[in-house]
Amino acid sequence: MSKIILTAHNLNKSFGAVTAASEINVDVAEGSCIGLIGTNGAGKTTFVNMITGYLKPDTGVITFNGVDITSLPPRKITQLGICRSFQIPQLYNTMTALENLEVSFGIIALQESKGALTTSSKAIIPSYGKTIRELALESIEKYGLLQYKDQATKILPGGVRKVLDIAMAMSTRPKILFLDEPTSGVSAEEKFDMMDMIMQVIRDAGTTVLFVEHDMEVVMRYSQRVLAFYEGKIIADDHPDIALKDDRVLKYIVGHSQAQHVLAEKSDA
Amino acid sequence: MKLDKSLVVMLGLLVAIFAASPWIPQWILFIITLAGANGLVVLGLMLFMRLGLVSFGQALFFCAGAYTTGMLSLLLKVSDIILLMVASGIIAGLLAYLLGFLLAKYRAIFFGLLSLAFSMILYGVLVKSETLGSTDGFTVSGLTILGLVPDPTQMKIVLFGITIIVVMASLLFVNMVLKSPRGLLLTAIRDNEIRAEYMGASAKSTIHLIYVIAGVLSGFGGAIAAMVSGHIDPNMTFWTTSGEFVFIAILGGIGSVSAPFIGALIFGVIQTIAYGYSPNTWQMTIGICLIAVILVLPDGLWSLMAKMRKNSRV
Amino acid sequence: MSNLLIVLIDGINYAAWLFISAVGLTLIYGVMRVLNVAHASFYAFGCYVAVTLAGFWFSHNYPPHLSFFALFGASFVAGFIVGWILERFLLRYQYAKDEVVILLITYAVFLILDDVLKLIWGVDPYYASDPYELLGNFSVGEMIYPNYYLLMVGAALILGLGLTYMLKMTRSGKLLVSVIHDREISSAMGINVGRFFSLTFSFGCALAAIAGGITTPTISVVPGLGVDVIVLSFAVVVTGGLGSLPGTALAAIIMGVVRSFCVHYVPQLELFVIFSVMALVLVFRPRGLFSLAEARKI
Repeated sequence: MSKIILTAHNLNKSFGAVTAASEINVDVAEGSCIGLIGTNGAGKTTFVNMITGYLKPDTGVITFNGVDITSLPPRKITQLGICRSFQIPQLYNTMTALENLEVSFGIIALQESKGALTTSSKAIIPSYGKTIRELALESIEKYGLLQYKDQATKILPGGVRKVLDIAMAMSTRPKILFLDEPTSGVSAEEKFDMMDMIMQVIRDAGTTVLFVEHDMEVVMRYSQRVLAFYEGKIIADDHPDIALKDDRVLKYIVGHSQAQHVLAEKSDA
Repeated sequence: MKLDKSLVVMLGLLVAIFAASPWIPQWILFIITLAGANGLVVLGLMLFMRLGLVSFGQALFFCAGAYTTGMLSLLLKVSDIILLMVASGIIAGLLAYLLGFLLAKYRAIFFGLLSLAFSMILYGVLVKSETLGSTDGFTVSGLTILGLVPDPTQMKIVLFGITIIVVMASLLFVNMVLKSPRGLLLTAIRDNEIRAEYMGASAKSTIHLIYVIAGVLSGFGGAIAAMVSGHIDPNMTFWTTSGEFVFIAILGGIGSVSAPFIGALIFGVIQTIAYGYSPNTWQMTIGICLIAVILVLPDGLWSLMAKMRKNSRV
Repeated sequence: MSNLLIVLIDGINYAAWLFISAVGLTLIYGVMRVLNVAHASFYAFGCYVAVTLAGFWFSHNYPPHLSFFALFGASFVAGFIVGWILERFLLRYQYAKDEVVILLITYAVFLILDDVLKLIWGVDPYYASDPYELLGNFSVGEMIYPNYYLLMVGAALILGLGLTYMLKMTRSGKLLVSVIHDREISSAMGINVGRFFSLTFSFGCALAAIAGGITTPTISVVPGLGVDVIVLSFAVVVTGGLGSLPGTALAAIIMGVVRSFCVHYVPQLELFVIFSVMALVLVFRPRGLFSLAEARKI
């Protein structure tokens, strides 16, 4: 029933002798939640970078809602409705958490007013129905950042920076959100709380999510579909219950160790 | 639009000086007028610094404004100062618009050096131009205002008045830009351009816009400087002139829109005193002041500049 | 075509001068990421030292042919010492700051040194043309050129090849290349980065000074001659690619020949030409002809 909103067709990308992407074909259905797994250098981040416009594929076509976005720069792709968060949180370090969000909504305000010189901070953003400040404060509350709102981001703890990074990406109300290793650097106790909160916000907004993860517990818990990457190719594309039992996935990605295997079984039960 | 307290004070001060102008000695009027002219250029530099860029060639537009005034006055016999000002601003702005296409692609030190290159290209052209008096330049005289021809003393006061008005308008305008979402975007681009792009903003367009605004402001500055000193020469685009503007920018800091003008005034005073005291050491005085400001003033100066560097080493 | 030859000879000579004047600047930037505006003052300093020594040397009738060693040697040593002092007492504490801030500091130093030179040597011009005339002339066809041209070109070649050899073949050179690429890692490997910085800066300033010294016999030494040199050196260095030795050489050659061409046929365009070449190169290669590798950001 879900509409396919993003297709990647026959993507190839090489850096000299290194093949980062080989014949990648993916269709993404609206509202889905997909985990991207694979060892380092397998091509997950290259895939994300190609879709979000940071890299241009050597061959292949990427379409979003019927529009060819293959050669577009990140800025245009964001405007069309695809946004991403970063593995190392990319924040505006001299500004406070609140200001980081104000900038994000501010950019949208500027776009909607077609870049008029007189766009004011106090004005209401037409398609959001609220002022920049209201929207920023709303985000702060939604993502549990209230106690950090007036602190400069460079002194914030890693987990908080990650959440802020994601909150900023969500400010653009994307149709598709790419999360790059959302739980890396987040402690074991906090990671599920953080992911529960974030995934709830994302689901409420109806956003399609693809996340790159190394943590299989997170993948098991939140994704309905797993894309396993290995040496630039996709070696499995299935529900996590099935994908994480796949021979090659176990061999190349999840690992032979009993612990990983047991994990997969446990989640299955 | 809400105004900072400091801005309100500044505007009030300007109005007060304006009102008192008939009683202020000519030489003080001259210093303040010139400070106004320089301040306008530095106001543009301040916008760049918010973006994390330093233009080492802003004198290009200052000079372009001055020469527009001079050439219109000399060759087309235009004498109305308002007309000359507006024309200078437009020509400088147009030049900035054209160069901006190229310059907006560069960052950090290359932005500065490329802008320097263009200012020196203009220098080279002007120095070789015999019609414009080569290195000697030429003089501007016979100015009028709205059809009236005041005597030189009155003219100085009129110029002073016009300068104050332009400065006030610029202050309000730049303040509006800085308080708008665009103002915050400037700092965002400085802090993390990649993120800003990923959020849908165009760093190139923003820089291009600021380049034009700074160009127009510098054009006005050049026109005023030309009219108040009566003299125009290629030195106005020499790299040392750009260096002076950068120095004033550092001196004033980027904390508020009034800072460039305070910095320009202080510079004007230092220059007059130091030059009068010993013409062969006034550069040294500036140099020492510059080092002192950089090392000692906790203006957030280097925390500002440190963020200009977008590659992080860690 | 003899016209072409004339242009080429003048061009090569000017290129040699451009290279010698600029090489210290690119060396310092390459190693330390410091754009040394005070380079101009060291060049001027070298000129003044050379001209003073020349006056002394010739008035005391020391062997004229040894004057070159004295002149160049003295400029080099003087530049090295002052450069060392500058690094040790001021620059050393600024390395953590942003590139642009350090540039402004060296700009301030330039302003100060320029006036210091005026205080020491006054504002009258100095001349030291004896070494220049000493060497005599050579001829190419009908044109007569001073042998000093050969000295210029020779010096440029020695400098260029010598530095390249040093960087590629000697142990210190290789350590220096490591510092150029990454100061933090070099330091972690046990390289005394501080000492390299100190030596490099002093050496770079010495190079600027010796460039001045070499040029002195061909000009009149007046206040402010550093000012013109610095913009030209900047142009050469930026066009070649900051920190790249071959880049500086190539840029010097291109600019020297193009400028020579223009001066012969369209004298109006001289200053304009050098910066136009720079602007043109930057348009197509934003970091200059050869540039140091930059890592990807995300």
